Amino acid sequence: MAGKVTFDENRCKGCELCTTVCPVKIVIMDKDKINIKGYHPATVKEMDKCIACGSCARMCPDVVITVEKL
Amino acid sequence: MAIVFQKTKGLTEKQTHYCPGCTHGIIHRLVAESLEELGLLDKAIGVAPVGCSVFAYDYFSCDMQEASHGRAPACATGIKRVHPDSAVFTYQGDGDLASIGAAEIVHAAMRGEKFTTIFVNNAIYGMTGGQMAPTTLIGQKATTAPLGRDENHAGMPLRVSEMLATIPKAVFVERVSVHDVPNIMKAKKAIKKAFEIQMKGLGFGIVEVLSTCSTNWGKTPVEALKWLKENMIPYYPIQNFRNPEEVK
Repeated sequence: MAGKVTFDENRCKGCELCTTVCPVKIVIMDKDKINIKGYHPATVKEMDKCIACGSCARMCPDVVITVEKL
Repeated sequence: MAIVFQKTKGLTEKQTHYCPGCTHGIIHRLVAESLEELGLLDKAIGVAPVGCSVFAYDYFSCDMQEASHGRAPACATGIKRVHPDSAVFTYQGDGDLASIGAAEIVHAAMRGEKFTTIFVNNAIYGMTGGQMAPTTLIGQKATTAPLGRDENHAGMPLRVSEMLATIPKAVFVERVSVHDVPNIMKAKKAIKKAFEIQMKGLGFGIVEVLSTCSTNWGKTPVEALKWLKENMIPYYPIQNFRNPEEVK
């Protein structure tokens, strides 16, 4: 079961809560990027490992994340 | 491709002013999702408090009213009595509801006003800079209790849900938490149920949501959730206190 998560990067406040709840530990903070608010936004580099559980989106206080099941 | 999770229509596009990792954002979303799923967005009227969530009226896409400090239940009483078919809710923090607004919430519950209160308890005054609240835990540091709350000086933290559960017309009283995903799901279930009870006209309902304040607790957002779990839940147990027979 593959999933796809998209991040509305400029809404991200870099709190890192989403990174703590991912069961496959693929949500990370993108240290190469700085968003409009000045934070390193959350991102996923290994999208093929995503199981579309939606945990990251449910934990996010700023509704940054959309989750789709492929 | 099926959507598993997307932003609810119950929230506006405006980005919140809350600090990074503030659980107000999660609780706003749960309220907005509940209203959307119950089809109440068109007839919902929210009452925003004074405190960090003072700008809640900008974030919900339903009608909103701002109340003076602690008086959201009084304001909601008037709105619900004039518009009995609407879904009225107050969204209040612990500084607002448990301190200056303690009388309003007790009397709204006593009269059995048919609205729903979302009570966000983070054991501190957030907006004004981390002063001790009635809900601050023993030993917890605050700007007005630099050595930690002393029970001989400031008394014991107020358990609002337990207190309101003794009032006969408070038909739905539940305490939930948002420190992890399973608890977020349970919190949403409780909020949704509280709105269902209101729409059935059964009486007053309150959902107390344990929340964090990483800025004033002096912790990172991740540490704050851990602190909530380890310190707040033992004193403020997560449970249902009152539930009307009709919806059990």
